[in-house]
Amino acid sequence: MSETTKPSKADSTPRSYGLIAEFETPAQIMKAAERVRDSGYKWWDCCTPFPVHGLDKAMGIRQTILPIIVFFMGMAGTFTAFVLQSFTNASDWTVWAGVWVTGYPFLISGKPFMSLPAFIPVMFELTILFAALSTFGLMFAFNGLPQLYHPLFRNKRFRRATDDRFFIVIEARDPHYFKARTRAFLESLDPIAVEEVED
Amino acid sequence: MTTMNVNTEVRSGETDNTQDVPGSRAPLVLNMDKFNQVTQQVCQVAEARRTPMAWYITFAIGLGLLSLLGFCIVYLIVTGVGVWGLNNPVMWAYDITNFVFWVGIGHAGTLISAILFLFRQKWRTGINRFAEAMTIFAVMCAGIFPGIHVGRVWVVYWLFPLPNQMEMWPQFRSPLLWDVFAVGTYFTVSLLFWFTGLVPDLATMRDRAKGKIQQIAYGAFALGWRGSNRHWHRYERAYLLLAALSTPLVLSVHSVVSFDFATSQLPGWHTTIFPPYFVAGAIFSGFAMVVTLAIPAREMFGLKNLITLRHLDNMNKVILLTGCMVGYAYAMEFFIAWYSGAIYEKFAFINRAFGQYWWAYFLMVSCNVITPQLFWFKAIRTSIPIMFALSLLVNVGMWFERFVIIVTSLANDFLPSSWDVFSPTWVDIGTFFGSFGLFLTMFMLFCRFLPMIAIAEVKAVMPEADPHFGDDHQGDDSDHGHADAKEAHA
Repeated sequence: MSETTKPSKADSTPRSYGLIAEFETPAQIMKAAERVRDSGYKWWDCCTPFPVHGLDKAMGIRQTILPIIVFFMGMAGTFTAFVLQSFTNASDWTVWAGVWVTGYPFLISGKPFMSLPAFIPVMFELTILFAALSTFGLMFAFNGLPQLYHPLFRNKRFRRATDDRFFIVIEARDPHYFKARTRAFLESLDPIAVEEVED
Repeated sequence: MTTMNVNTEVRSGETDNTQDVPGSRAPLVLNMDKFNQVTQQVCQVAEARRTPMAWYITFAIGLGLLSLLGFCIVYLIVTGVGVWGLNNPVMWAYDITNFVFWVGIGHAGTLISAILFLFRQKWRTGINRFAEAMTIFAVMCAGIFPGIHVGRVWVVYWLFPLPNQMEMWPQFRSPLLWDVFAVGTYFTVSLLFWFTGLVPDLATMRDRAKGKIQQIAYGAFALGWRGSNRHWHRYERAYLLLAALSTPLVLSVHSVVSFDFATSQLPGWHTTIFPPYFVAGAIFSGFAMVVTLAIPAREMFGLKNLITLRHLDNMNKVILLTGCMVGYAYAMEFFIAWYSGAIYEKFAFINRAFGQYWWAYFLMVSCNVITPQLFWFKAIRTSIPIMFALSLLVNVGMWFERFVIIVTSLANDFLPSSWDVFSPTWVDIGTFFGSFGLFLTMFMLFCRFLPMIAIAEVKAVMPEADPHFGDDHQGDDSDHGHADAKEAHA
């Protein structure tokens, strides 16, 4: 009924997300990836059931900056632990940390208030904790995950990307993408199949 | 010549891949050459409509013991720590013994997942998933004991540096507080590491799931993983980082646990050998537990071609090595007690071996020093029933090691007038066996619903995963490796 009065988006042909090409072995996708890389596409990807050794280079992926950030997050952990311990055990300052809190200079068997050697285990543990949490969080964040919906999930063939098949995906938003030409290009890479994925 | 059938022979139902043949790598995955076979084999355990009867029986035992644990803990809390057999000199006994025992068990999982990863030991992929799960469940069991032994459980938050009404803070010079941070960090990092490894496999389960509930459950935890190589790139980097962070962490955790004892002045505790000795003991007991769990699991779920005899053989070698280190530490402790000339130290050690707890000491030595020596023999390393029995003995021995260290030192310290004997009550024993219930329940749930072998990682170590698989390594111009070499020339 409403269809006749105002054309909705569902009437028009669905927008294309891109084309996927399916391969059977790591060797095939490696060769194919090198050719896609050299042909100038930018918005493309390989989807594989496990990390294929050397595929990063074949795709021309730049090294992630994750380790550098993790290093500084680890340092932040060391610093946090130092401040936490020296404030709570070796100072009588009152500071605002959500609520007003006051340090307490503990005198334990006549040891100095600022007993740095005794603070090192906790400094070490918080270094690891901060670094590990940021490794985990930033890896997924940089990957844009969690992303529970993705157009590729609607493709039946693509389900084998987590099992035993290797896919090359070229997205429609790539400036070099022209459906017929890109399809012909993908078919020239000798895949099992080339399919279009709707957005 | 293929590597597959060079060094494998079937012997009493087990495929023997423990032979080393020069020039070829022993296969880590037996009788499979397709990636789909790995997916199929691991996923079918979690996807099976029918659960094996053995699973129900084990799970029921686990639940029974878990309820015993719950009962003992509630009884302890409503009555007070007097229900344990503690007395004036022996203020730590089963509680801390169990704590150290369980934390130690966990260490093998991290060793397998992190240290063996850094050493590029590819055989770890067959066992790392459930060894890491074991770590997490063991640390959960461990965490209970310090929590409940404080007596007033409702103020257990005093362990953490939280602003409170007394304006008091924890005392950061105490190793007991270092423990809170060490074990807390250890649990968190182990969980992150385990979950990171699980994500691609959960995506595999999601993509295979038939039912709506499975799709949603696996789908939610898979976080939308789609195997993108741009993701894999960061993932592998993050995995390496987590391994590199877990390696010093795991060494620190049992060192910090040993500081609980080593920084005190009690004879028998006040020794500098404790940190390395505890770490070696932890890995020793943990590997024994991995063997104990792996043998029934591979049997029950038919995973013999992924957890092969070679995996078990390798683990037994680690048990042998760490068992030797533990034996060396026992000997060195005794030597130093004599060599130091400290009379209390000397007494503490003679008392350990020949005093009122002599039976615990000899149980410990026979299980931890003599048992692993049998693993010098290959026939024993590759015999399933014998290694299962030996792994159980090692577990028993390592529990008694902690009991001996803790209780004998406390029971007979400097002043004979303050000596006493510890004997456990039924609540002590019930809580200890109950903690196995928690462990077993969690582990059985894990086996049933999650991929207990790292699917993606196993695929990646198969020879077929190498992009050069099938190449003859000569004169193929289209080969990209050679293309690189040409570029370098040009």
